[in-house]
Amino acid sequence: MDIIKGNIFVFGNNIDTDQIYPGRYLDLTDHDEIATHAMEGADPSFASTVKPGDIIVAGTNFGCGSSREHAVITLKNAGVGAVIARSFARIFFRNAINQGLVVVEVPNLDTLNINTGDKGILDIVKGNFTANGQTVFFQPLTEHVLSIIEAGGIFSLFREKGVKAFG
Amino acid sequence: MHALEKILARASGRKKVTAGEIVIAKVDVVEVNDLYLQVVKSFYELGGTEVANPDKTTFVFDHYSPAPTIKAACNHKSMREFCSKMGIRHLFDIGEGVCHQVLAESGMVGPGKIVVETDSHTTTMGALGAFGTGVGVTDMAVILITGKLWFKVPRVMKVVLEGDLRDGVMAKDLILHVIGHLKQDAAIYKAVEFAGDAVRKMPQEERMVLCNMAVEMGAKTAYIAPDGVTYEYLARYGWEKGEVPVTDEDYEYESIVEYDVSEITPRVALPGSVDNVASIPDEEIRIDQVFLGTCTGGRLNDIRVAAEILEGKKVAAGTRFVVIPASRLVFQDAMKAGYIETLVDAGVVLSTPGCGPCLGAHEGILASGEKCVSTSSRNFPGRMGSTEAQVYIASPATAAATALKGRLCGADSL
Repeated sequence: MDIIKGNIFVFGNNIDTDQIYPGRYLDLTDHDEIATHAMEGADPSFASTVKPGDIIVAGTNFGCGSSREHAVITLKNAGVGAVIARSFARIFFRNAINQGLVVVEVPNLDTLNINTGDKGILDIVKGNFTANGQTVFFQPLTEHVLSIIEAGGIFSLFREKGVKAFG
Repeated sequence: MHALEKILARASGRKKVTAGEIVIAKVDVVEVNDLYLQVVKSFYELGGTEVANPDKTTFVFDHYSPAPTIKAACNHKSMREFCSKMGIRHLFDIGEGVCHQVLAESGMVGPGKIVVETDSHTTTMGALGAFGTGVGVTDMAVILITGKLWFKVPRVMKVVLEGDLRDGVMAKDLILHVIGHLKQDAAIYKAVEFAGDAVRKMPQEERMVLCNMAVEMGAKTAYIAPDGVTYEYLARYGWEKGEVPVTDEDYEYESIVEYDVSEITPRVALPGSVDNVASIPDEEIRIDQVFLGTCTGGRLNDIRVAAEILEGKKVAAGTRFVVIPASRLVFQDAMKAGYIETLVDAGVVLSTPGCGPCLGAHEGILASGEKCVSTSSRNFPGRMGSTEAQVYIASPATAAATALKGRLCGADSL
């Protein structure tokens, strides 16, 4: 869990939730079915090519737009190991933590030097990411957030700690 | 402290909070819309047995309403059963309207309240002096069980709008101008307050447009200090005025941006991105569909503006004009005022109060290659149907003028 290795898929700035998971599929509730539409609005071949542990690299404001948690569920169940972006939209970020999807904010990430198909290695505990021969450092996730992600999301944490998990 | 900080302080049982701090606050009003049966599933997965505050909890069927698919119908059915089982009285079923308008008219929301909904446009509640923010399904399931949620206290950015509006210019044009200038990630994790004499002179419904669209610049919440206009609007729906939190004079804003609104002409967000804002293009752009509606642009004032432009006239041949009132009450008020008759006479197609085609679910979704002018809030690729369709976001005045001419144009050009 601490180290995530996979192929990289690069996306631009302002990737909104309609691109991550189009609104016309919002009536679906089965997670495996939801996974088949991952990133459909931005890259229709994504869901069929992504492999477990693969890493999304994006620019600013990833996950902007609607509050749909489907946008996180689709990525997690499609096998995405982590999303690394220069910044995230707030609701998407909360949803990702709650669902146990690794999201890492790297404000100085130079996405131009990373290409789709490159191999990436992410260490969420030490706070570094290596791709295409370059390593960037970021502030590691806080202990509380790590504990949620490592538990596999709020659900597992709740089962472990009950109402206390919410303070 | 800012009024928003005072709201969070009260709800978390503290005397003082500061930006960046994480507080656990009691939520005053809760809303779940019909996209998210997952909330109910997550509620049970988390071990929920009863809803913490059934009288403060609302369900609104608006995004898929009336149900356009069997799946959506099943989701509605399960939600009705959940409400009945949990003693939730405030179930606003199909046709009651878009959640934010329904809540504004419910008498449950007003200054000082914390409102959390499973919809990003909950920032609209800031125009009523409330702290409104959107969350996903897991956070909502936690609120249903505990009645509380953690919040990071946001810094507040102030947008000051001064001056008089030009003819044919509405609040929508102003907020598009602001988003086009500051861009869609300008306010991530921040609150945005709108102030200035142009805001003070606006009717309540126009103020709601500003706060509604604040989320399109990334805002966590939005705010307009309530005044007589706000209280008059709220009183209509049974809200009783109580203590109103007020921002301290020495509060230091994260940033202040000022605009002279008299310089702003009708604006559009060009297809693909809400922050790609321009004045109305000179070239002729034929429009296949015009849509007036949603939590952004489907209120009585919006319908009035459209009816005045189309009075005694016809929608252009080759253009469809879909109008969807934001709520049942808006629909009734528009009928009483004669606007609905005017619009239907002009060739408008009306549909059930709710979200309509805004998110591409039903009631007027777009085919490949079609161009649409919409009073809604988003035009991301594929938002209203085909990813090959093009959506221009505009004001209700621009929408009606465009429907009349069949080409993209502002009301100032009529």
